[in-house]
Amino acid sequence: MKNKLNLIILFLLLSFCFIIFYKGLSNSNTYTPKVNYKKNIPVFEARDFNSNTNITSEKVFEKDIYYLVNIWASWCVPCREEHSLLMELSKNQSIELIGLNYRDNLKNAKEFINKLGNPYSRILLDDKGTLGIEFGAYGVPETFLIDRNKKIIKKFVGPINQEILNDIKLIIK
Amino acid sequence: MKILKIFLIIFLSVGFTKLKSDEKSDEFKNKVLKNIRCLICQGQSVYDSESDFASSIKLLVAKKINEGEAEEQIYEYLREKYGDWIIYDPELNKNTYILWLLPLLLFFAGGAIIYKKISIKK
Repeated sequence: MKNKLNLIILFLLLSFCFIIFYKGLSNSNTYTPKVNYKKNIPVFEARDFNSNTNITSEKVFEKDIYYLVNIWASWCVPCREEHSLLMELSKNQSIELIGLNYRDNLKNAKEFINKLGNPYSRILLDDKGTLGIEFGAYGVPETFLIDRNKKIIKKFVGPINQEILNDIKLIIK
Repeated sequence: MKILKIFLIIFLSVGFTKLKSDEKSDEFKNKVLKNIRCLICQGQSVYDSESDFASSIKLLVAKKINEGEAEEQIYEYLREKYGDWIIYDPELNKNTYILWLLPLLLFFAGGAIIYKKISIKK
């Protein structure tokens, strides 16, 4: 009787381990940080891309509208892919796009904007990548949607596609 | 000549003290960086990684140490931005109870079994 009980316990234990490991096989082995929804926008001071003067986050996000913070760089290939969609979104009156130029060469970045167009109402320089960290970003491109209460409500890792663009349009409607 | 000697001794000792303190702050910085996970190359710590993300974190940590922030304050800042996973040393909270307590439980359960076996033999 005791032996039988031991066998059952052993079997259950092994089955438990098997299920855990089997489930683990289908899990992605790369970690994506969770977005803390309704997180306040960070307080920062950054250099403006055009005027090269310092500007505070308060001034950047002063209007009572939606903002889309897009982290980009001229060396980033997916950024080129999403650029036309950002140009399309920039025509919308209820949202302003803020670009964060991430660890880029200023000359190349200017060429990029001159060639593909400027969807941003303001571009901030992040040559050391520390401003991106303030937003909780870890690569390019990444995009954050900020609501009228100045809270980050959505985060998109990777390039914006038509589906995401439609989502954003629906939210800011 | 004597004055020159004294001046030289003072100059060197001040120089070495600075070198020593730089070494200490570097050691502390490296300790912190080794405990932060690089989110781009996920098998490596920020200390080992050369990715853009890691070099930005290195700059940020150096800045925060210069501003006098404590180790735990730096970890807390990064946890708030990226979640618990970015720190190699997970803190005890409701998500990590099993992680921290299971080894202890197993240790005590094993100890109890051994103790029981020994006392039966006696």
